[in-house]
Formats: sequence, structure tokens, C-alpha cells
Amino acid sequence: MRRFIRTHGTESALFGVILIISIFLSFSTDNFFSFGNGFDLLNISSVNIIFAVGLLVVLIAGGIDISFAVGASVVQYVSVLALGTLGGGGWVSGLMIAGALGIALGMLNAFLIERFRIISIVVTIATFNIYFGLLMFFTKGVSIYDLPEWLTTRVVLFEHQLTDGSWIEITLPVLVMLVCVVATWAFITHTTVGRQLYAFGDNPEGARRFGINVHAMQFIAFGWLGLMSGIGGLMQAHYAQEVVPNALYGRELDVLAAVVLGGARLGGGKGSVLGCVLGVLLISITQNGLNLMGVSPFAFKMIIGAIILIAITLSNAPLERMMRREGRGK
Amino acid sequence: MALTDHTLDSVRPLLSLQNINISFGGVQALKNVSFDVLPGEVHCLAGENGSGKSTLIKIITGVYQPAGGASISFDGQSYDHMSPVVAQSKGIQVIWQDLALFPEMTVAENIAFQTVLGRWPRLVNYRHMRELAIQALDRLGVLLDVDAPLKSFPIAQRQIVAIARALVGEAKVVFMDEPTASLTQSETDHLLNIVRTLSGRGVAVVFVSHRLAEVLDISSRLTVLRDGGLVGVYPTAGMTQSRITELMTGKTFDNHVRAADRTTGSKVLKVDGLTRRGEFDSVSFTVREGETLGIIGLLGAGRTELALTLFGMSKPDSGAITLNGHSVQFQSNRAAIDAGIAYLSEDRLSLGLIQPQSIADNLVISSLHKIQKNGVLSDSRKQQLVAGWIAELGVKIGQQGDAISTLSGGNQQRVAIAKWLATDPKLLILDAPTVGVDVGARAGIFDIVAKLADAGLAIILISDEVPEVYFNADRVLHMAQGQIVGTFDPRSCTLQDIEAAVYA
Repeated sequence: MRRFIRTHGTESALFGVILIISIFLSFSTDNFFSFGNGFDLLNISSVNIIFAVGLLVVLIAGGIDISFAVGASVVQYVSVLALGTLGGGGWVSGLMIAGALGIALGMLNAFLIERFRIISIVVTIATFNIYFGLLMFFTKGVSIYDLPEWLTTRVVLFEHQLTDGSWIEITLPVLVMLVCVVATWAFITHTTVGRQLYAFGDNPEGARRFGINVHAMQFIAFGWLGLMSGIGGLMQAHYAQEVVPNALYGRELDVLAAVVLGGARLGGGKGSVLGCVLGVLLISITQNGLNLMGVSPFAFKMIIGAIILIAITLSNAPLERMMRREGRGK
Repeated sequence: MALTDHTLDSVRPLLSLQNINISFGGVQALKNVSFDVLPGEVHCLAGENGSGKSTLIKIITGVYQPAGGASISFDGQSYDHMSPVVAQSKGIQVIWQDLALFPEMTVAENIAFQTVLGRWPRLVNYRHMRELAIQALDRLGVLLDVDAPLKSFPIAQRQIVAIARALVGEAKVVFMDEPTASLTQSETDHLLNIVRTLSGRGVAVVFVSHRLAEVLDISSRLTVLRDGGLVGVYPTAGMTQSRITELMTGKTFDNHVRAADRTTGSKVLKVDGLTRRGEFDSVSFTVREGETLGIIGLLGAGRTELALTLFGMSKPDSGAITLNGHSVQFQSNRAAIDAGIAYLSEDRLSLGLIQPQSIADNLVISSLHKIQKNGVLSDSRKQQLVAGWIAELGVKIGQQGDAISTLSGGNQQRVAIAKWLATDPKLLILDAPTVGVDVGARAGIFDIVAKLADAGLAIILISDEVPEVYFNADRVLHMAQGQIVGTFDPRSCTLQDIEAAVYA
């Protein structure tokens, strides 16, 4: 346990903060601390967690992506149109189409980064604008409400009514989220390619001298994020029961904030799936709690900003400094 | 060294390169160089910056391809050229100066990193990794927590991790690029012990360095490169540092003690019982006009910390600093600069100069007020000031507007000194002024220092190289563990006296 706290400082600190906020909210609001609310939170956060674990892979590899959320909007729109021409499709074809489109958009980012040697933030700000511009131009901002029936039908995998009348529900997005989380965790911690991604993000020159195919690394990282954003996009359409072209606009910064809060480093080589999930949950819980307390939604962004600053200064700095001092003593 | 002579004749080299030529953009970086390494030997590859050492290693490891006509043989097999994959799989390992490690990963993963390489993705076997790492460390006789992240260890341990990593790669020959550059003496000793262990196990070790004092006595042969050509291969028995310097530079250096009696000058700096907890303790000394005071001490002796306090960047816990008869307490280094103290930083590359900016901008950065005219910076005054100092210190430049990074280490250092001289200091603190400066260019730096002292400047020369302070300072203070533990007068002691005290 001690060792875990030492090696997983950020995750432990986040867990502590989540615990403190939860305890505070359960005393100051009536229905925060209920199972029903807990599962609601999980349902609400699913899409962001899917995005977040995708973005985590890119951050670990030393890149950044601003375009994935509007990319997911493009995927939603094109997938739904494609499914329409295919005569409806189903979950399998839907996920395959959305995943493939997402990968294609991610690969485009990687191609631009590799081919023209432009840093990822510049490339993805450009593609962010291009994707969003094209989407708004061709759709004229018109939403699609006429979705295939399978996509709008809520899929409840498990439900149970509690004695207080509230429902525990595990819906499809939660299952998909869990699959994405476990897959990403296994990919980055238990496959050779995943470890190469960490190494590449940590020390690109060192990775190159080891003979790691550094060109492939960008494609793998952005491809993975593309896959996650495609899947996340479809899940968001399912959750919202409509495709609104600008529904995900701005989501990239929320997700990025959560991932960084979870301990991923801008600059690469650092970050964990657990931290990333806790980061998204912390933000969701805070938002949920503020709602329940009746705080103005305008105050929300401000409070999240403050939490990120406090959490990062508290969790990262002293722990790392302590470890550095320990290392020096040896 | 009869053994060496014997092995030279009869043992087949492990690695042998003949006829190595390579050019970059019309500049021939290596001219007809040959090089060989015997099994299990410790070999020094010496040369100044730009002599072709790194290029040669990169050819051996397959990063660069030599021009046609080259022949490379390793472990009984011939190659036209190497590739990184072949070189590594055959047992050629390089420990680069920057170590090429992954700080966020654990020690085990760093050591056994090659197990996650390969064309096709596989699952990672962490248990196997740990075993390999522990085995490799075991073979070096080192105990490290293999599950801790590498970033929690200081540089000396990281170097050991890099060596252990080479062992996992079944190294037959290990190249070490400037391995002692950032180590303290005891860490260097430990490293040399590890090298002995390696050599004893039949692994050849090649030191690539331009600071060879430490490694000379454990190596058997020395290959010297100069300007991309081979100067020769020598047995190290009987070789001295100054002879190597001559071979590397092709020049003879007339080292003589410059020390003189400077007690007639007025006291510029007087330090009484200066203490900063954990850094230095009860330090007292004076520096007079025209005097060069050498402070010798190993890494971690507190020399740089002392300099930073004199320069107003940290505050002493107790003690007094008197500058030109006035007691001073600096609130910042700006105040110290205004009072006439200049500090040439130890780390020129990252702290002392702003690499992408121009020579002129670097030179005037500490004295911008002098080139103002009606509140705006005057270009003509700047050019005038810069031209004056460039001529004064004999800096070789193309244009004033060229980036400072285009200059050689020696010329960069001259610009850094000029930057401080432009502030009209009374006291100049030089912290390791020859780090990264070629041997040939060092003499030029010290000629400037001597000239400045003659003009009345008080100078503190901080170094960890004994000859540097012995030949160039009027008095030498020996600093260890934050305290002044000895004073030497170069006119009445030998180089060896100081060396014995410092390396004891």
C-alpha cells in the first residue's frame, strides 16, 4: 500500500480528493451519496472516459490532440449517413464504421505530423478547424434526429430498483467504456508496443537509438485515439439520441484537463489509465455535486480550473520532490 | 606492460576497422582511419571536440555508413557497414553521454528494455524483465531497487543502469562516451571498479573522452584522433596527461606557474565566516586587486553554492561579505552586478548563454543600460560595444548577428566572459570556465584571465581540475564538504601536492 502511494502519487492523491469531496457532498446534499446517483455519474462520464483513455495514449507518446472531439462529431455524422445508405446496420457495423473513420482521422493527424515535421499541437489545431469547418459547412449546422432505431434504443444491461425507489442501471456506454479502459490499460502496460510508446514519449532520441520505429509510434498513438474518439462519438450519439454537429465542440479541453489532472504529462512518457479515469470522475463528481448544491453552472468552469491547479500543485510537486530528495540521499 | 605488447601481436582483435572515410556536406569528418579493440581490453579513444570520435562510434554502431572501401570486422565476421540492429545483436553496446535512458520507467524496465523490442507486438513479461535486471546488476556487484522509477536515482546510479543494460544485451564491447563528465571522484572510482569487473569478464571497454586522467591507469591502449585523422595508437604505460594533450591538439603547451605575490593590491573581497546550512560552513578568505584566487574542490564540495551566494543569488545564514571595504548584503544578483561582481556560470550551454540568439545580443544582455540612447536601445552603440570586446578578447566570429550556437566552445566562452566584462566588474567569478572547451582553446581563455588580472581585476577561479588552478591561480584554496580545508601557494608546492590532497 505504501509502495503504491509512493509509485502512484497522483492516483492516490486524486483518490483522496475524490473521497473528501464525496464525503463533503454526502453531508451537504440530500441525494449525492446514493447508489442511483453513483451509477448516473458512471453513465454520464462514459463518453468522456472513452475519449480520455484515447487521449492518454497520445500524451504518453509525447503528442497532444485538440481535434479528436470535433473529429468524433465528424465520425457521428458520417457514420449515421453511411448507416442510412447501408439500410440501417446494427451495433456491430456501427462500431466498426465509427472506429474505422476515427482511425482514419487520427492517422491523418499522424501523417501531417510525420510527413511535414510539424508539432502535434499545431497540426491538430489546424485539423480541429478544418474538421469543424467542413462539418458546419456541409451540414449547415443541421442536426440529425432521425437515427436508426437500434442507435436510439437504450440498452440496459443490468437494472435493479432500490428500496428508496431509485434505479441502478448499467447501460451499454458503461460496458463499452469498461472495454475501452481495460483494452487501453492492457495495451499500454502489457504489450511491447505500449512500452515502446512510453519510451518514445519519455526520451525520443533514446528510443530512436534503440531501433524503435519512431515513425510508427505517432501512427499507433493517434490511431488509438482515433479509434477511441470514433467509438466515443457513436456512444455520445446513442446517449444524446441525436447528432448535433457542434455537440462535442469544446469537449477536447475538458477531456484534456481531466487527463492532465490524472497525472499525464504534456511532453510525454508519463500517465496511467487509472489516473485518467479518476481525473474524469473527479471533474464529473464536482460538477454533479455543484448541481445538487444549486451552484450556478457559470461558476462551474471557474471551480474546475481552480481544482486542476490545486490538485496538480498538491499531488505532483511535493511527492516528486520528496522522491528526488530520497534519491539524492542514497 | 609486456602483456600488452604480447597481446598486440598475437591476439586477434575483437573489432577491427580499416580505411574508414566519411564526409558530411563536403567536409571530410574521418580520413582513412583505422581502429581496433582487443577482447576484454580497456581502451581509450581520445580527441578534441570535432576530432571525429563520435562519428567513428556512430559508424561502428551503424548509425552512419562509411564511404566505399571500408572494411569492418567484428568477432570474426566481416561487414561493409553496420546497422544498429546488427551491431546491438552482435554485442556492440554504447553508453551515450546522455545515457539514452527512460526516467519515468522503472530500473528493471530500463535495464531489460530490449525485451520489449522486436518487429511484432507481444505481451510484456515483467517477471522475466526483473530477473534479467537483477542478474545484470548482480554481475556488476550493485544493489539497486529495480522497481523504483529511474528518475528517483542520481546520475551516477543511472550510469550504472545504462551499463547493466549493455550487459543484458550480451555486450562484447562497450563504448562509454564521456562517462566521468558529471561524476564526483568517489562515483568515478566506483565506475572504474565496475569497468575492471567487466574487463575481467572478457568484455572490452572503450572510453571516449577528452578528460582522460581518471581512466588512463586502468586502460591498456590509447587511440588518438585529430581533425578526423588517426594520430596513432599508443600503450598507456608511461603516458601522461600533457603528452595526450599534445597528441590531441598537435601543439606543445608551455605550462608554467603564473602565480605571483599580489599582497600589495587593495582588498576587493573579504569573506568572514560565511555559512549557509547544508552548503558551506565558516568560509573566510580575501581576494585582492589583480589577484587570481583558485578554489579547487570536487563536485559537491560547495564551490558553486558559495559562488552563488557571493553573487547574491542565495542568502547566507551567517557571516559577512565585505566588498571594497563596504559590508554588503545583496537582495538579488542584480544588486551584486551593480556592486561590481560578475559570475560566469558553470553551465554555459543552458545558463550562461542564450544559444539561439545572436553573438551581439548575448554579449550586451547584462549591460543593456550602456547602449541606451534616450531610453531606447541604440543599434550603433551596441555594435560599437560588441566590436570592442570581440577585438579585445580575440573572439573569432563571422557576423555579430550570427547565433551564438555557431561558435566553438572556446569562442562561446570568450563571449560569455566579454558579456560580464562589459558590466565593468571589480570581481570576476569564473566557475569551471573550461568545461566543454577544447584543450587547445583553454590556454587562450587563461591568457585572457591573466591579462584581466594584470589590469587589476580580482578573480575567483573555481575548478575541479587541479592543473587549471595550479598553473593559473596566485593562491589555491581547497574546498571539501563545504569547508576550506587547505591553502596552497603554487610557487612553493607541486601539482602532485594539491592532487594528493584533493583526491585523497
